[in-house]
Amino acid sequence: MDINLIREIVMLLAFVSFAGIVWWAYGPSRRSRFDRAATSVLEDEEQDVATRAGIRNDERKG
Amino acid sequence: METTYNYKVVRQFAIMTLIWGIVGMLVGVIIAAQLIWPELNAASFLSYGRLRPLHTNAVIFAFGGCALFATSYYVVQRTCQARLFGSGLAAFTFWGWQLVILLAAITLPLGYTSGKEYAELEWPIDILITLVWVSYAVVFFGTIVKRKTPHIYVANWFFGAFILTVAVLHVVNSAAMPVSFWKSYSAYAGVQDAMVQWWYGHNAVGFFLTAGFLGMMYYFIPKQAERPVYSYRLSVVHFWALIFTYMWAGPHHLHYTALPDWAQSVGMLFSLILLAPSWGGMINGIMTLSGAWHKLRTDPILKFLITSLSFYGMSTFEGPMMSIKTVNALSHYTDWTVGHVHSGALGWVAMISIGSLYYLIPRMYGRTEMYSTRLITLHFWVSTIGVVLYIAAMWIAGVMQGLMWRAVNSDGTLTYSFVESVKATYPFYMIRLLGGVVFFAGMLIMAYNVWKTVAGSKAYNEAPIPQLKPAAAH
Repeated sequence: MDINLIREIVMLLAFVSFAGIVWWAYGPSRRSRFDRAATSVLEDEEQDVATRAGIRNDERKG
Repeated sequence: METTYNYKVVRQFAIMTLIWGIVGMLVGVIIAAQLIWPELNAASFLSYGRLRPLHTNAVIFAFGGCALFATSYYVVQRTCQARLFGSGLAAFTFWGWQLVILLAAITLPLGYTSGKEYAELEWPIDILITLVWVSYAVVFFGTIVKRKTPHIYVANWFFGAFILTVAVLHVVNSAAMPVSFWKSYSAYAGVQDAMVQWWYGHNAVGFFLTAGFLGMMYYFIPKQAERPVYSYRLSVVHFWALIFTYMWAGPHHLHYTALPDWAQSVGMLFSLILLAPSWGGMINGIMTLSGAWHKLRTDPILKFLITSLSFYGMSTFEGPMMSIKTVNALSHYTDWTVGHVHSGALGWVAMISIGSLYYLIPRMYGRTEMYSTRLITLHFWVSTIGVVLYIAAMWIAGVMQGLMWRAVNSDGTLTYSFVESVKATYPFYMIRLLGGVVFFAGMLIMAYNVWKTVAGSKAYNEAPIPQLKPAAAH
């Protein structure tokens, strides 16, 4: 098999996997999950988790 | 039931980060002075050729390594809401790593070296590094396995990639045939050896000095700014794009060598592509402050963290440019490379570590703030001035050297002898030394501030792990 064919296939696979990652990251169904993950890091201090999450959501709306 | 976090090992690594930072940068100042005053090469074990690898090993693996251990152990516990896996093993990583550093500090000045840049340590020490590193991976990933949070936070992805990749890089590149206890020869020969070395070398930059510190960025900037990261979804793309691309950039260290031309082109192309994920990550970090820019005015810790990202952005623009073959023809082997490295090492790696330490250290002693915020501000400005002096001097010196070396007369002879370019570099070596001394002075300010914070405070080991109620867990 021609080495250039393998190179082209690898290039295409790399591009498809990149497109797949972008699709996965920006898919609307995963939005809330990622938003929760982003705010989770701020909620590990010793305070009321629920209140904090409420404040964050208000900020986003406003 | 474990109710507290393991702060002891974090505290040990955090304090040693500061100490090794001071030691490593002091050696840097000494070798910068030796380039101006060769008489300072007073003894064989104090000669430039032996102290230079001591400097690079101390700042990268002792200072940077301890900073990575401290922050990754802290972040993985707090984001997984679980105590560190294996207290004994974690303690082994601390004492083992200090032993590695101590052995490096003895063997390198004595001239024991395998001659591979950033991998100079001889095979017995390499085996010890492997043992410590595998333990590190077990502790880190063990903690992720026992996490109580549903999601693995992005900072842990970066720390995890750094730990895994460095294990692979170290084992492959350090493969050698021992001929005696302190002498070995590489398992590879010729250009393959060079390629393995720079596959290792550039990924040491990409994973040790970038991915791990991006882990710090994704935790400490949101915490200090009290805002979630600008775009979590961008961080996902950032992670995969960065680790995939970095792996192929190594050949740009071997432009115009015996390495096949196509391999050089691959290295150059992937280095250029790297600009995109690098800047994506930088923008993600800086934009986390969006809507809270005023905090930058009053909070010197945020100043450190955000300025480090500016230097990261500069270095990751400069790097791809220097990987272009024609630019490399001018820049390679000149002090431009040294300037580029220190823009990354002092501006990015050191400043984000310092910012993270200022957040971390008081918390290790049950406080929320350092002894003096004004001294942090002073440290910030001193560091920034030091870096700018250093890199500006080296940029100018490097371009000048490159131009002098390639200048030819109309009859085809070289316009300048090598020693003329050395002579022309002296003023810039003086400015570089000044920049280094200023940056070093900043570390002493930090040491004083840390001493005043720590002295009289009791080590804090009672940080509680949040015990989520079943309803709140969802």
